[in-house]
Amino acid sequence: MLLARVLDDKFASLYRAGKIHGGVFLGRGQEALSVSIGLTLREGDIFAPLIRDQAGRLAFNEPLLDAVRTYLGSATGPMRGRDGNIHRGRPREGLLAMISHLGAMISVVNGGLFARRMKGIRGTVGAACCGDGATSTGSFHEALNQAAVEKLPLVMVVADNQFAYSTPTARQFACGSLLERASGYGITGHRVDGTDLAACLKVVGAAVANARADQGPQLVVAHLLRLCGHGEHDDAGYIDPTLKNSPMGRDCLKLAEQFLLEQAWADAAALAKYRGEAAQKVEEAVLTVQREAAPDPYSENWSALATAHLQEGNE
Amino acid sequence: MSITYLEAIREAQAKALADDPRVFIYGQDVGAFGGAFKATKGLAKEFPGRVLDSPISEDAIVGLAVGAAIEGLRPIIEMQFADFSTVGFNQIVNQAATLFWRTNVTCPITVRLPSGGTSGSGPFHSQTMEAIYAHYPGLVVLTPATVEDAYSMLLEAVAIDDPVIFCEHKFLYYHLKAEKLPSEALPVGKARIAREGRDLTIVTYSAMVHEALAAAAELQSEGWEVEVVDLRSVKPLDTDTVMASVARTGRLLCVGEAWPWGGVTSEIITRVVSEGYDLLDAPPQRLNAKDTPVPYHPNLWTAHRPTARSIAEAARKTLQS
Repeated sequence: MLLARVLDDKFASLYRAGKIHGGVFLGRGQEALSVSIGLTLREGDIFAPLIRDQAGRLAFNEPLLDAVRTYLGSATGPMRGRDGNIHRGRPREGLLAMISHLGAMISVVNGGLFARRMKGIRGTVGAACCGDGATSTGSFHEALNQAAVEKLPLVMVVADNQFAYSTPTARQFACGSLLERASGYGITGHRVDGTDLAACLKVVGAAVANARADQGPQLVVAHLLRLCGHGEHDDAGYIDPTLKNSPMGRDCLKLAEQFLLEQAWADAAALAKYRGEAAQKVEEAVLTVQREAAPDPYSENWSALATAHLQEGNE
Repeated sequence: MSITYLEAIREAQAKALADDPRVFIYGQDVGAFGGAFKATKGLAKEFPGRVLDSPISEDAIVGLAVGAAIEGLRPIIEMQFADFSTVGFNQIVNQAATLFWRTNVTCPITVRLPSGGTSGSGPFHSQTMEAIYAHYPGLVVLTPATVEDAYSMLLEAVAIDDPVIFCEHKFLYYHLKAEKLPSEALPVGKARIAREGRDLTIVTYSAMVHEALAAAAELQSEGWEVEVVDLRSVKPLDTDTVMASVARTGRLLCVGEAWPWGGVTSEIITRVVSEGYDLLDAPPQRLNAKDTPVPYHPNLWTAHRPTARSIAEAARKTLQS
């Protein structure tokens, strides 16, 4: 959580300094939920994070350098400058690289799980993340229904963070809670306070365990508030201050640190030390990547096909 | 013994399933029912657990195929009608078509599109989609016109490490027959001279190859020798074979069942004019369907798309210009 927050803050400052091409999207306020997914999944599982899942990615063992290289457009990174920011992954290692169309990654997770079942591989699960906005898409509906029909071990984690870009949930859906969707699909639903790390670990952990035990798809709906704009270009002036001051607007990272202090599992000095270590890791990664080559249009092969001889324009 | 275009598609899928354990078929009604056109007849029984009915969810059908491809499988997707692939369009052009370029992970999926018009099918069961898919990078788009190509190109599609849009023409399903399945074939990406001639080149593909051949036979009785080029694949497009033919005839007519704006016929003319302007003895022409939705009634449908008669008429104009 802490490393993700420090890394996100670094990306925000690099963005403000004009060092990042394109957008920057932070997970501020969603780290407790996201990290719970990454910590609960195992190596060999499938994870389709979305734009606010830096914490989950790191916990799922995505190298810190992958994030920095993709944001800074390094030719060395997994996306080689061909795609940027949060559009990154290592699909063959179970970490899917999201496309921007919301809900579209869920059926891809289904496909991975479907293939594994066909190959006789048991015991792995797949998790997909989205916000409240993506639940309005046809893709979300098609994929959840598909997972339910196939009884796939899919864990769908919805961060109901009150806003899809600027649109409040009242203009997004009319049911009382997104949790109600679960019964419509015939799958198990779980609700959790997304600001509470212990609760997230418990609920996400239970959902993943259910899926792993062949109990079919699981829907987790976490209630929280996005503590930033949609992206760093957005000042989020549309968020009502009363919401920010409500329990939902609490910062999950501060709550988690408070919990450590209350339990006497760490003192203020230890917390400062953890933060310093995280900052050092991030600075080292940024320094490393800033020395790396940018992609070169002259050595780019400009082929969208793996079958090179079928690529037009290369004959 | 003879085999139809539709049976060839069924046989190619049976062979793909038999030869490669990574292959499976997923789509609406493809299981025990055998598909809306029976292109998967008996396959669910012959290959248990590998020919599976999907919900009516074109988006999720393609998404699942991409996920399975990442895990090393080679799915064949049947869209019940090409027209319905628009519901899965995003997953095809943004998910499947970008995967390799973005991540270096191949996406060997084959999406079968039962395409094109048959009398009485109307606006939503008659469309030809090849131009819109060919527009997107990262896809191979095939348009077989013969029983032999339906078989060999579908097998090749499954073997290709990229997403392939396989446009099989419904009008040819039952009418077109061959004596036997081919043992060898031209590779994907190579066009075929379907008929030789020296006066005019007609470049076309899919069902329009047969209309063009009928037009060429009609024109022969008037003393014209018309060459017909069957593109076989519209992406990649075999520009060399087209240019060589135009070099021989000096005249070009492009025919497509798709709508006129943009598309395959305009792409061919663009290439010939820009790369081989000096080869042309007359302005190149093209003939497409009319720029309206595909009509239902046979009277309207026959007038909407190119036919042997309208192709012959357009050919005469090009020959006399």
